[in-house]
Amino acid sequence: MTEPRSAAPGAPVPLVAAQRVARRDAARGQILLQPTDLTLDAGERVALTGPSGSGKSVLLRALALLDPLDGGHVLWRGRAVTRARIPGFRRHVAYLRQRAALLDGSVDDNVRYPYSLAVYRDAAFDAGRAQALFERAGRGADFLARDASELSGGEAQIVALVRVLQLDPDVLLLDEPTASLDPESARAIEALVSEWFERDRAARATVWVSHDPAQALRVGTRQLTMRAGVLSEAPHAGVAQPQEAAR
Amino acid sequence: MNAGLQNLSLVDVAIAALLVLVNGAISVVLKLDLERRLAWAAARTVVQLLAIGYVLGWVFAYDRWYVVLPLMALMTLIAGVAGSQRGARTYAGQRADSIVSIWISAWLVAAVGLFVVIRIRPWYAPQYAIPILGMILGNTLTGVSLGIERMTSELTARRDRVDTALALGATRWEAAQGPARDAVRAGMIPTLNQMAVVGVVSLPGMMTGQVLAGQSPLQAVRYQIVIMFLIAASSGLGTVGAVLLAYRHLFSAEHRFLASRLIERTPRAKRRAAR
Repeated sequence: MTEPRSAAPGAPVPLVAAQRVARRDAARGQILLQPTDLTLDAGERVALTGPSGSGKSVLLRALALLDPLDGGHVLWRGRAVTRARIPGFRRHVAYLRQRAALLDGSVDDNVRYPYSLAVYRDAAFDAGRAQALFERAGRGADFLARDASELSGGEAQIVALVRVLQLDPDVLLLDEPTASLDPESARAIEALVSEWFERDRAARATVWVSHDPAQALRVGTRQLTMRAGVLSEAPHAGVAQPQEAAR
Repeated sequence: MNAGLQNLSLVDVAIAALLVLVNGAISVVLKLDLERRLAWAAARTVVQLLAIGYVLGWVFAYDRWYVVLPLMALMTLIAGVAGSQRGARTYAGQRADSIVSIWISAWLVAAVGLFVVIRIRPWYAPQYAIPILGMILGNTLTGVSLGIERMTSELTARRDRVDTALALGATRWEAAQGPARDAVRAGMIPTLNQMAVVGVVSLPGMMTGQVLAGQSPLQAVRYQIVIMFLIAASSGLGTVGAVLLAYRHLFSAEHRFLASRLIERTPRAKRRAAR
């Protein structure tokens, strides 16, 4: 469809490139996201801050192609993503929501679930690997057998993250994953993401939406801010905002 | 034909209608506050049935396909609209989905029943076509409305999970199939229940009517068996059709869940309450 993005010869093609992506709330006629350009290169860790309702989640969901765009498009490694390739694209570009949504059943059922999908036909569940990831987050051997409905918010988010990390995505889009978690779970989440990134940092990238300026500095090497649907590259000059409640 | 059937005078009917006072008394004693609705429902029962009696009497006597078919179409349309009025949430196009799925399934199955099984002559014979379509429509409409209601309520309740499944790389069908299966099941269960108790707990109205009219019970039972399977087929087909149409409206080809299309049914309900 679209030609590979014209880049300077030798320049690496970005993993994800959003070109003029825009979103509007059709019901209220309100602009959620002004036409926005964003390129995410391999090896980049982007932290995205901004007030509640400024469009951070809207941008993140647009990058994951989860919501219909009112303009612009998203390129994956320089190419437009056709309809049929969208599930495959989401395998590479994983979106983690603020509040984990787990299926009925055990933790084990939840981490196995992706392997029932057509897009992971070539992959097989590795219980040892899931177990090891849970251990890294301080969860013991019996954790896989726990019932998902009995988990705390922090534990549920750890399950959701492990469910994604075991699938080896290239890009992680993290939508305030620790916003409503206890400090211990939040640290576990940060550690898991950072380990995943370090394992192949030349090929991976993250966009981490956060309300917490200190966290933004920890998890991001490139700081972006969003205000009223406008994205800007901002050196994080101590624009300390009060930590707001979850959107 | 009605050798065994006593003709009812309007006085006889009025005596039966007085039984509504039993319900009225219950409502008053238990303070159910249902008296007005009861009176309204009773009046509708009388007026609607008298009216359809006159209409059918005329249609049967006139006996022309160009009268029978429009009447059947009107019945189908009313069933389709009624089938779309259940549930707390709706979406643009729900009424059309209900009408289309009821129309196609009921007419297809009625055609099989009338032309292949009963082999009516002429092909539009109203004393067969109209009541049989009516019975099919009544049950299909229940299945369709329960199916759509369950689909929209499940998708609302499981919205986050559906969205998460898509984010993990599920196709739209993989993400929707749980709610869709539950919805089809919900739509088919009333018919299955009915089939399980027919003849034991309930004697269906049509069978009862045939027996009252002097038909041999064995023949009446055969008709009832045919009808039960026609009803089961049509409500199954209609439910699946409605759920699939709802799925197509609520999931885009880009494997997105268009949750914002699910809207609460408040505006119309408010308008109705204001009347």
